[in-house]
Amino acid sequence: MISSQLTGRRLWIAALVVPPIAFMCLFLVYPILSAFAYAFYEWHGLARGDFIWFDNFHRVLFEFPFSERTINAFKHNIFVFFALMVLQNGLGFILAYCLWRELWGARFHRIAVFLPVVLSTVIVGLLWKLFYHPLFGAVNATLRAVGLGSLAQPWLGQDSTALTAIVVANAWHMVGFPTLVFLAGMQRIPSEILDAVRMETESEWVKMSKIVWPLVAPSATVVFTLLFVGAFNWFELPFIMGGVDGSPHGATDVLGLYFYRTAFGSTSASAENFGPGSALAVLIFLFIAVVSSVITIRLRKREIQL
Amino acid sequence: MKRLLLGAAIACTSLLSATATFATELSFWTWRQEDKAEYEKFFADFTKANPDITIKFEAFEATNYNTVLSTALAGGKGPDLMMTRTYGGIESLAGAGYLMPLDDNKIPAVKGFSGAALASVTMRSNKTLYAVPAASQTMLVIYNTEIFQKNGITEPKSWDEFIAACEKLKAAGIMPFANGTATAWQNETIVSALTSSIMGKAFYADLMAGKTDFNDKRYVEALTKLKEISKYFPEGFVGLDYASAQQLFTSGMAGMFAGGSFELANFAKQNPALKMGVFAAPGLKAEDEKLVGLFFDSGFGANAKPKDEAAAIKFLNYAASKEFAQAFANRLSNVSAVPGVTFDSPLLAKVAELNKNSIAYMTLVNFRYGEPTGSNLIQAGVSKLLNGQATPADVGKSMTDGLAAWYAPFKK
Repeated sequence: MISSQLTGRRLWIAALVVPPIAFMCLFLVYPILSAFAYAFYEWHGLARGDFIWFDNFHRVLFEFPFSERTINAFKHNIFVFFALMVLQNGLGFILAYCLWRELWGARFHRIAVFLPVVLSTVIVGLLWKLFYHPLFGAVNATLRAVGLGSLAQPWLGQDSTALTAIVVANAWHMVGFPTLVFLAGMQRIPSEILDAVRMETESEWVKMSKIVWPLVAPSATVVFTLLFVGAFNWFELPFIMGGVDGSPHGATDVLGLYFYRTAFGSTSASAENFGPGSALAVLIFLFIAVVSSVITIRLRKREIQL
Repeated sequence: MKRLLLGAAIACTSLLSATATFATELSFWTWRQEDKAEYEKFFADFTKANPDITIKFEAFEATNYNTVLSTALAGGKGPDLMMTRTYGGIESLAGAGYLMPLDDNKIPAVKGFSGAALASVTMRSNKTLYAVPAASQTMLVIYNTEIFQKNGITEPKSWDEFIAACEKLKAAGIMPFANGTATAWQNETIVSALTSSIMGKAFYADLMAGKTDFNDKRYVEALTKLKEISKYFPEGFVGLDYASAQQLFTSGMAGMFAGGSFELANFAKQNPALKMGVFAAPGLKAEDEKLVGLFFDSGFGANAKPKDEAAAIKFLNYAASKEFAQAFANRLSNVSAVPGVTFDSPLLAKVAELNKNSIAYMTLVNFRYGEPTGSNLIQAGVSKLLNGQATPADVGKSMTDGLAAWYAPFKK
């Protein structure tokens, strides 16, 4: 009797657990594993050829012209990561602090800061592309209006400004997200701690750096890790603003674009190279998985349990 | 009465299903959604002549077309008939064995096609034809005839006249060119549209014969002149994207647009009142032959394993016929690849006339078969040139050295 109850219970659990696991396997594990497998084959168009061990990886990492493109794109991802860390997360923390301290207009700004996050990336990309328009764009028009016409530039057309211009657009779009996460973290700080601090010091800086910052460490872990993953998977905004070729001359090329272009070809420049494309996808996946795990583990260690 | 109606209904359905089983429905894929209405008329005409075959039109977004198509074909879910890309773009499909090999037994009309047209849909390794060439595109200068008339400018015969025309427009407060180069491939089109006459037929012949490379002084001269004339592009043109450049021209803010004949239909649609003319950009001297850049951009192909092979071949024969080509040219504004087609539109007739003196749009036609492609290299090179970060000679060298990675004649 008992044993039949047990099997009944087991069956019941299995019936609940198996469908989601099957779903994950079919749509997540299987595609990832097959992408791994694809990287080890030679491809003629999309027809699979011979098993060629690590040749695709060798081409992508060490052979011209793929190697230079890989390095070029990788460097840009690193730049994007650090630039967004300062612009997006840094600003996000400051904004969150201001909102938390309930400075004037905090209620309005709490919504305003988060609004762009809700917008689709495509809209943000097109909007900022118009802002940066060399002839009619708001950025150049503003510069000319305040007598700084000499600073007006074709922002998206020169390698010195293009990538930064897209990073700024991204920061504007997403700054609300770290703000919200930090704000939630700050609101979780118990008021006893804050009262205790108030007895010790009046300095806002000490409060922020010695109390708040360490106590929002869990929020920082989340925000930093997500930014890392986002920066190395960056695709939509550069695709819309710089095009799939990373115009001008590869100055806005990042791993996401480069992978897409290599695997699937770009109508205006080259055919598909599915093998090297798959190899790139595997490398990007491994890099992000390993580094983000390391970041998470390291950052977890500095979190304080309240 | 009820019974009679029921009987009639049953008879009708069985009749319908009987005709449905007799007719073969073939699927046709293309990237040109905007042509749907016309294609459906073509297909209706075809069905009139071949009552047992119907064709279903399906379009996919242009930039993803090859990806969608090759994925579907690889999965055995591809169309029976399709618009194919050309050159490197068709080789990836044909090389994988997805396309039906063709010849003049299957499609007798292809015998009359030009060699350049057939080469665009022929795989180089096995010299086999995989599609019926559909349309050619021409790289040239499109101009606003009203602006030219108002400023007393005629089609320039020499480079000096070309520059003088630009100066005149600039002085009149009109942008001479609408072109912008923020969209990568626009760096490539302007080279062919503006400097084919400067490169010259002899350079192209030498290049193809392996006697010279892109370090050639004729090519470097062409890029030097490109840099010179880019002075007449809009302010900040390196940051001006393709769509904005098109709008500058169609809105009448600029006098000329250096680009492909594929712009004409689109420009006319954007601004039906716009009066346009086309010319081949001149060479250095008035007596130099005026050349346009020519390439074929599409073909009609069939699946290697179509639902009904005979029906598919019938359609390809129809696509190669002059009757179809005439409608394809006049109703969809294509410069059809079928020989002997005449054009209702004077503009297209002029383009077809200019095509008689042409060299290939070479970075696309001849150098898109390996990595890095000629297109990759010229787009990056010209972008640097126009941004003042490279000299014309640097660009020629980077192209030659880059292509040497796979193009045998450049290997040292």
